[in-house]
Amino acid sequence: MTQDIFSQFNPLEGKRFQVMDENGNISTDPTVAALRPAEVTDDFIKQAYEKMLFMKMADQKANNLQRTGRMGTYASIRGQEATQAGTALAMQRTDWLVPAFRELGVMWMHGVPMENMYVYWMGNEIGSLPPPDVNCIPISIAVGSQMLHAVGLGMGMKKKKETKVAVTFFGDGATSEGDFHEAMNCAGVFQPNTVFICQNNQWAISVPRSYQTKSVTIAQKAQAYGIPGIQVDGNDLIAMYVATKTAIDRARRGEGATLIEAYTYRLGDHTTSDDAKKYRDPAEVELWKPKDPMIRLQKYLAARNLWSQAYEDELVARYEKEIDVIVEKSQSVQYNPADIFDYTYAQLTPHLIEQRTEFLTRLEIQS
Amino acid sequence: MENPKLNIVEAVNLALKQEMERDPSILIFGEDVGKDGGVFRVTDKLQDQFGEGRVFDSPLGESGIAGMAIGLAMYGFKPVVEVQFDGFYQQMLDQMLQHAARMRNRSRGRYSVPMVVRVPSGGGIKALEHHSESIETYVAHTPGLKVVYPSTPYDAKGLLLAAIRDPDPVIFMEPKRLYRAIKQEVPLEDYIVPIGVANVLQEGTDLTVIAWGGMVREVQKVIATLPHLSIELIDLRTISPFDEPAILASVQKTGRLVIIQEAPKMFGPGSEIAALVAEKALYSLKAPIQRVAAPDITVPYLKAEHWYIPDVFQIEQAIQAAMV
Ligand SMILES: Cc1ncc(C[n+]2csc(CCOP(=O)(O)OP(=O)(O)O)c2C)c(N)n1
Ligand SMILES: [Mg+2]
Repeated sequence: MTQDIFSQFNPLEGKRFQVMDENGNISTDPTVAALRPAEVTDDFIKQAYEKMLFMKMADQKANNLQRTGRMGTYASIRGQEATQAGTALAMQRTDWLVPAFRELGVMWMHGVPMENMYVYWMGNEIGSLPPPDVNCIPISIAVGSQMLHAVGLGMGMKKKKETKVAVTFFGDGATSEGDFHEAMNCAGVFQPNTVFICQNNQWAISVPRSYQTKSVTIAQKAQAYGIPGIQVDGNDLIAMYVATKTAIDRARRGEGATLIEAYTYRLGDHTTSDDAKKYRDPAEVELWKPKDPMIRLQKYLAARNLWSQAYEDELVARYEKEIDVIVEKSQSVQYNPADIFDYTYAQLTPHLIEQRTEFLTRLEIQS
Repeated sequence: MENPKLNIVEAVNLALKQEMERDPSILIFGEDVGKDGGVFRVTDKLQDQFGEGRVFDSPLGESGIAGMAIGLAMYGFKPVVEVQFDGFYQQMLDQMLQHAARMRNRSRGRYSVPMVVRVPSGGGIKALEHHSESIETYVAHTPGLKVVYPSTPYDAKGLLLAAIRDPDPVIFMEPKRLYRAIKQEVPLEDYIVPIGVANVLQEGTDLTVIAWGGMVREVQKVIATLPHLSIELIDLRTISPFDEPAILASVQKTGRLVIIQEAPKMFGPGSEIAALVAEKALYSLKAPIQRVAAPDITVPYLKAEHWYIPDVFQIEQAIQAAMV
């Protein structure tokens, strides 16, 4: 029974769920082995690796675009690729994603085109409008504010007797906001079709995880609200997939919400406006580098003759070209000035119609 | 010792440092204000000097920051807290409106909340959503709060000292776009710029322009291009309680009024100033009052920000319109 995962890996007993260690070795623990679903084949892992490589490169490109003045402030996902890919693989297209702001990878895998992501970070709201069949709430910049929406969405799914699930992402810092506690509490009370993914990347800008909470883990907080919580090695793609899949299946069956703490690390600065050297010991980063989610997958795949430097180079060359096309496309998206007015209400008020006219006239004179 | 030339970040930092040396009851806390010195470096090196007991990072929660400050203030401390960006004042609005602003009244004077909330404010730095908001309308509409908004390094130091020494909660707004834009000689000695007193930056007889915060410099740019007009420029400095006598005296002299406000137009301080003049100086007016403000829409993302924030073109047009 897979749902046993939550009692087998009780955070209060100091347990963290891991399937693949940092050397790419699969756990020989029979409990862990029993939890690995049949669909997690080598081919599955290889495909996941390719997705992660793409998101890593797209992320790097976003950083470069910011550095060269073509994008605004950007929050990198570097180091958190496995958390995002693992979750995305466990989701279905009809599920809803409720992201914070450091979710380039999972948003993209859930169907938000990379071009949209770039357009958003370039400072155009239109980037938050994905294709109609993609259910992804716009990025929430206000830390911690979006989790309750996932509870509401999950309640709606349950009320409609649907098997869809709302999956929300947030950081370790976000768990200090009151809204996190309201979300967890309501999730306990109403048992919505909701999954909480905390990307514990150990830092909230300059503030380390240990300053946010005296709890040893974030996962254990779930127990106080009467829902299951598990701490997962967030740099382990398979563990993330298995844990989220289990939580999502639970929610789909109408059994309520789960909190997953993805124990990972922010390898980069907080955002492009930040300089982590001011507050973070570089030795800590060095300690985490070997735990890089990409490296362990390379090792795993290489041991099975499924990864080589040549294969990597070929992928990189291909993705570089693809990303360049995406950059071109996103840079060519124009900002329609009237848009700043037109979505304020379903129907513009007389007062706003007047301001809009004044505005458009002014733009014409000024140009 | 010679007075240093400082920008607004440095002037606020100096004020905090000197006042903390003088008054041991002052505590600074908020998000990233410790080791990082705040995301704008306003509290830079204060933790080094005063230790983690007096300058510390709080967990990430604005309601918590404000609520704890209220408790500490009622217990004899002087919390000077930072909300990282204007848009996240909303996360502490509950505590500020329900408690900080009302405690004196509710307890009939037994308890008071002498705290300062420093708020990096306004747009013009091409930041993310919620990082470019002008919250003066919200805060000024809360009875029990005072609201100040300096536009120069000199005023930043003097007003911050006044705010810290004030017996009531003060919202101290800092214009982000001017943080490092201007340097000015800032006295090392102790001085205050009193709350509630506007500054006539430039005297004139043709027309009064009132502005505050990040807009003051935009107005100055326009005035420089209109040497044929004698413009009186008032930097409001305190939004609430604003300087009624200064406003009325100027309008009575010039008979023309232009108000520049970065916040959305409706129900803002500009509306209040216009109403005041309509009530108390209507017969001095030679032309309708002109207001330049952001439209009543959500602050757009960075690509469209420059269309939204009042600019020199709009300011000049309003001045011309008031001169007809
Ligand atoms: C309500 C709110 N307060 C403050 C901020 C400024 N801010 C942006 S990100 C951040 C830290 C977030 O840390 P965490 O939740 O761990 O997410 P991470 O950035 O590490 O992904 C802060 C304080 C914000 N965006 N929203
Ligand atoms: Mg974090």
